[in-house]
Amino acid sequence: MKSNKEYIFPKTRTGIDGLDEITGGGFPTGRPTLICGSAGCGKTMLAMQFLVKGIIEDNEPGVFMSFEESTKDLAQNVKSLGFDLDKLIAQKKLRIDHVRIERSEIEETGEYDLEGLFIRLNYAIDSIGAKRVVLDTIESLFGGLTDTGILRAELRRLFQWLKEKGVTAIITGERGEKLLTRQGLEEYVSDCVILLDFRVIDQIATRRLRIVKYRGSTHGSNEYPFLIDEEGISVLPITSLKLEHSVSADIISTGLPALDKLFEGKGIFRGSSTLITGSAGTAKTILSSYFALSSCRRKERVLYFSFEESPAQLIRNMKSLGINLEQYVKSKLLHIHSSRPSLQGLEMHLLLLHNLIKEFKPLTVIVDPISSLVSVGSSSEVRAMLVRLMDMLKGNGISALFTSLNNGSRNEIIDLTEDAISSLADTWIELRNTEQGAGKQRSLIVVKSRGMGHSNEVNDYIITDKGIEILNANKADKKANEILADK
Amino acid sequence: MEEEEKYELRLYVAGQTPKSILALKNITKYCKEHLGGKYSLEVIDLLKNPQLAEGDQIFAIPTLVRKVPEPIRKIIGDLSNEERVLVGLNIRTITNQK
Repeated sequence: MKSNKEYIFPKTRTGIDGLDEITGGGFPTGRPTLICGSAGCGKTMLAMQFLVKGIIEDNEPGVFMSFEESTKDLAQNVKSLGFDLDKLIAQKKLRIDHVRIERSEIEETGEYDLEGLFIRLNYAIDSIGAKRVVLDTIESLFGGLTDTGILRAELRRLFQWLKEKGVTAIITGERGEKLLTRQGLEEYVSDCVILLDFRVIDQIATRRLRIVKYRGSTHGSNEYPFLIDEEGISVLPITSLKLEHSVSADIISTGLPALDKLFEGKGIFRGSSTLITGSAGTAKTILSSYFALSSCRRKERVLYFSFEESPAQLIRNMKSLGINLEQYVKSKLLHIHSSRPSLQGLEMHLLLLHNLIKEFKPLTVIVDPISSLVSVGSSSEVRAMLVRLMDMLKGNGISALFTSLNNGSRNEIIDLTEDAISSLADTWIELRNTEQGAGKQRSLIVVKSRGMGHSNEVNDYIITDKGIEILNANKADKKANEILADK
Repeated sequence: MEEEEKYELRLYVAGQTPKSILALKNITKYCKEHLGGKYSLEVIDLLKNPQLAEGDQIFAIPTLVRKVPEPIRKIIGDLSNEERVLVGLNIRTITNQK
């Protein structure tokens, strides 16, 4: 008697960030996986990354049988990802076989089979000892040959043959109208089916991935956004969040001494994330600028994402408050990046943030306001993206400041950004505008500050041509000291 | 007198399968009937030389390849339909000229 309870389905790492987490370890080892999706959704890219990463990270040689693109085109397409196919081919780690089917030069008469394809594939696999195989996209055969009866029978035989050969294979297929693939390949490849989708919602394009089925294995069943950037494909599973960052006990200034006083008189932890929420006109951007300024004074680079103001506008407005950002832009300590949130999809924003952070290597990142991004995607997407972003920032020890525009008094509406970020942020400062008599009263509350004593007071503040002035900071300071004394 | 081009044909097979044997029988017959001595026929067994499959873009078996005269033409199947083979190889036109 054999017990299957302890049996763990053997899996092969996909080489795609995030996909291993969703699939619970990767593609089924020694079996074919079908990747389907419409044109331009990243099938070929995903398949190629699977092979290349397999070679580089797991030392598993791979065969790429291309029915569409030539070896040269394929090599060129992935060069931007830093994949040097020619080198891998020369090292006998990779083999690309371009199966060119020219309808015009082929005549069919009588019985035939696809043994030639089997022989080619077998020869390619054996010549380099391949463990991974990609067939991209085998449905092209249907365009080149007319006898679909023979083709179907032969494809069934091919997939069976791949299993017997024991290679982990990816078969790509074009999305059909009613079926997952035009030729119903899902009928033959039934172990693992992954659907890629490229969709435009509210005029913004998003890529998504879904595991349609995975026989004999548990898997994430949601749709996961994925992106293609200079590093290749990465999927954004929420589960990639691991709380394993090293933390710093170093404390940095918020840039406003009076504000620092609210935090045990010192400031906030380096590498922590801070959220500033408030309705329109509560000086969120001004506080952000102070934060940027303080980082610049420490000669630490700052990356400022401004989703509402252009760099010139931001600099001018801050200058009127006595905050001089221009000198730091010139000395390249401060980089302000402005873009319209609706210009691109969420994935592209995330990608841009990633790339700029990688390129600029800042110690401080400001996103002002992060709530603008909420307008771009659906709530679950935004949450996933924010989690991923904060995860990345923390992982790199970057101090982050996010501002979020909320609806002020309308508290019954759950604010999406607050909902998503507030639990992730280490420090949360809330700004309020209240009408008092003929004027408006501005006040600041520290909602939370992890690992740091903080003021519990409602602190009134005013904005003058010299910047922000916190009126009852001294009182707050005393209070903060009391808290400190209590400990 | 213009010199007539000699036909250079290759038949790709994978072992001695009935389809391959039939294809070889068929093409030998058509060549004898229509091309006289103006042809060469090479049979390539991919089970013995699998590395040759890629060069001529072979995926189906059996495949008859007309290397010369150009352009390259391919006929896949057991070649049982004589008419289609001759049209495919563009042989009929020559015999018609005579």
